[in-house]
Amino acid sequence: MSRTSPRSIAVWLLVAAIGAAGWVAIALARGEKISATWIVAAAVGSYLIAQRFYARFIARRVLRVDDTRATPAERHNDGVDYHPTDKRVLFGHHFAAIAGAGPLVGPVLAAQMGYLPGTIWIIVGVIFAGAVQDMVVLFFSTRRNGKSLGQMARDEIGRIGGIAALIAVFAIMIIILAVLALVVVQALAHSAWGTFSIGMTIPIALFMGGYLRFLRPGKVTEVSLIGVVLLLAAIMGGRWVSESSFADAFVLSPKTLVICLVVYGFVAAVLPVWMLLAPRDYLSTFMKIGTIVLLAVGVLVANPDVNVPAVSEFASSGTGPVFAGSLFPFAFITIACGALSGFHSLISAGTTPKMIQKESQIPGIGYGSMLMESFVAIMALICACVLDPGLYYAMNAPAGVLGDTVQSASQAVAGFGFTISPEALQHAADQVGEESLIARTGGAPTLAVGMSMILAKAFGSTGMMSFWYHFALMFEALFILTAVDAATRVGRFMLQDTIGNVVPRFRDKDWKPAIWICSAVVVLCWGYFLWVGVSDPLGGINQLYPLFGIANQLLASIALTISTTLLIKSGRLKWAWVTALPLAWALAVTMTASYQKLFSDNPKIGFWAQRSTYADALEAGKVLAPAKTLDDMSTVITNSTVTGTLMAVFAGLTLVVFFSCLCVSVAHLRGKSKLPLQEDPYVKSELEVPAFSLRKPQTEEKELVGAGAE
Amino acid sequence: MTPALTRLREAGARAWWLLRELNGEHAYDRYVAHARSHDPGVRVLTRREFENRRVDRRDADPREGGGCC
Repeated sequence: MSRTSPRSIAVWLLVAAIGAAGWVAIALARGEKISATWIVAAAVGSYLIAQRFYARFIARRVLRVDDTRATPAERHNDGVDYHPTDKRVLFGHHFAAIAGAGPLVGPVLAAQMGYLPGTIWIIVGVIFAGAVQDMVVLFFSTRRNGKSLGQMARDEIGRIGGIAALIAVFAIMIIILAVLALVVVQALAHSAWGTFSIGMTIPIALFMGGYLRFLRPGKVTEVSLIGVVLLLAAIMGGRWVSESSFADAFVLSPKTLVICLVVYGFVAAVLPVWMLLAPRDYLSTFMKIGTIVLLAVGVLVANPDVNVPAVSEFASSGTGPVFAGSLFPFAFITIACGALSGFHSLISAGTTPKMIQKESQIPGIGYGSMLMESFVAIMALICACVLDPGLYYAMNAPAGVLGDTVQSASQAVAGFGFTISPEALQHAADQVGEESLIARTGGAPTLAVGMSMILAKAFGSTGMMSFWYHFALMFEALFILTAVDAATRVGRFMLQDTIGNVVPRFRDKDWKPAIWICSAVVVLCWGYFLWVGVSDPLGGINQLYPLFGIANQLLASIALTISTTLLIKSGRLKWAWVTALPLAWALAVTMTASYQKLFSDNPKIGFWAQRSTYADALEAGKVLAPAKTLDDMSTVITNSTVTGTLMAVFAGLTLVVFFSCLCVSVAHLRGKSKLPLQEDPYVKSELEVPAFSLRKPQTEEKELVGAGAE
Repeated sequence: MTPALTRLREAGARAWWLLRELNGEHAYDRYVAHARSHDPGVRVLTRREFENRRVDRRDADPREGGGCC
């Protein structure tokens, strides 16, 4: 304590005061509208305090990070995979790898419950669960040479738990891919402008790939800047295309888009990385960081009012049109990314640990990146909450409920207890250059409308709204398509490895038939669920999004279980609550949600109840709304059976991992452990981390570049 | 040059360095330094060869990157 300077105390008191002021303003609002700036203040104040105190506490007391211990980057420094990387740069890499479309979608859907539940869960959840998970997994993987989560599970909790974890990861990835792709389909359906500008990202990426391959190898910054300029040109060109005579060629139905995406997914996954994936990665990293900064500035400058109620009546009644179910557990399922995302454990264990310079940088990178993602989720929440609630429900309720016209949508919204006139609905669509905004579910269009309002207000001129709207759509679709491409490859890789146990040749990563077969299997798996999503009469997002959220948090439960076991096995039982508490919460949420999704009597929530309701009606020859034909009825029955079964499998796999870990922990505590801790042995660190250095002087660089003559 | 201008230039150089480092543009220099320090006589790959191999490695093991949620 003696080192704490008065200045530091003053600064932290100020931070605490800002955070507290935000929370007080949110808490004391009674009916009157509050400014979104208060939400930002509460979030940022809380994040800074958490990073400075809680993350540091975990690093020092719980994990006992040790800077005299060499990290994998230092020990194996091979200049390629393993090399000690500047912490700010690594923060950027790690953040770009964990953040994607997830935190932009969940909070928008959860705005159905009002702004308060989402705000509290995003902030409290990230501080005590999400960021803790990311950081602890990063630490354990760093102590294990950058091993993946699956490998750690196999080594530390045994074969059965390891296999269950592996299958769970694969299955969960398929669902995540399907739901993300569904978001893109919903965003592009019937929109010539959106389809054209997203379609243009493919030739732009191909051009960038060729530029890097043949013209100027390694000039990534340069080509990314060119790419961003072309991208902006494509967005502006979209308006011209949508007003031209060949606009119809880009107006595609959801089902056509599914076929396009599946074909694209397959081709993108078998093409060489340099052609499509690598340039897309560069482009989406640029756009990601740029747009988030832009939006943060926009919110602060525009200072918009929050238009939705603090807590809506759907929170308790559970009858919301966007997704069914009450606040607990469904608000916590809907917002996974941004508060607690299991997917990050796959990133935190893998590439990042191989590049970390010193263990003391783990809280800054692991915990800090997740706080940043949480901040993105807060922005998305604000975008949804500044919308007029009438417009929000007209965009997010299923098409079957809203009907096809502005009149029918206006009536349906009145049925939910909100008002929007047909003219206002049409005006909103015209403002952003869309034919219609009715039932544009999936979160992306809602986010884009909110973002266009905020940016248009912040930087003047409502005439720019349609540009900002399509800019936001493009930004989200770009992330998702990059993720679809990358994750399809990861899925293929896992599948090749697994089949390789039986047919050894499948392990050969250069054998084309294995690559094609496995890529096709992965694409067809998520393609199937994507098809289910667009063809389901009950609304794909409504049906599949809860599955996605539950799957993601089940993965988090797996990661937290493994982390807790590792804390216990490494003699940190006293501090095991740090991961055990969020684990208990995640299990309570996911298991309650899984149980309700399977066994609830309410056919809007429970898959089995839904199945039997529709099956009985079909037997009696009746058609239940929103289904319109007997075929629709059969579709509902098949879909609820498949999704219900899958949910049961997920929950079952998680419980298998949980009980394997429990057995290992208990055996360890009784001194009967058969699986010793697999930590790498201590090696003394020789690495000095400079405060800041431009490591390569210019002259030396010139000489080096000329070194290997062609 | 005035001190303020010098500082501005330094800050600019840092930002540019960070951006290039973030994009992995220093990987080749690092590789050359690494290869030379281990065996001064070794044939060093050209930048083109190096960058092409680096990106092609992701074909075999695609687990790097992400960007999901």
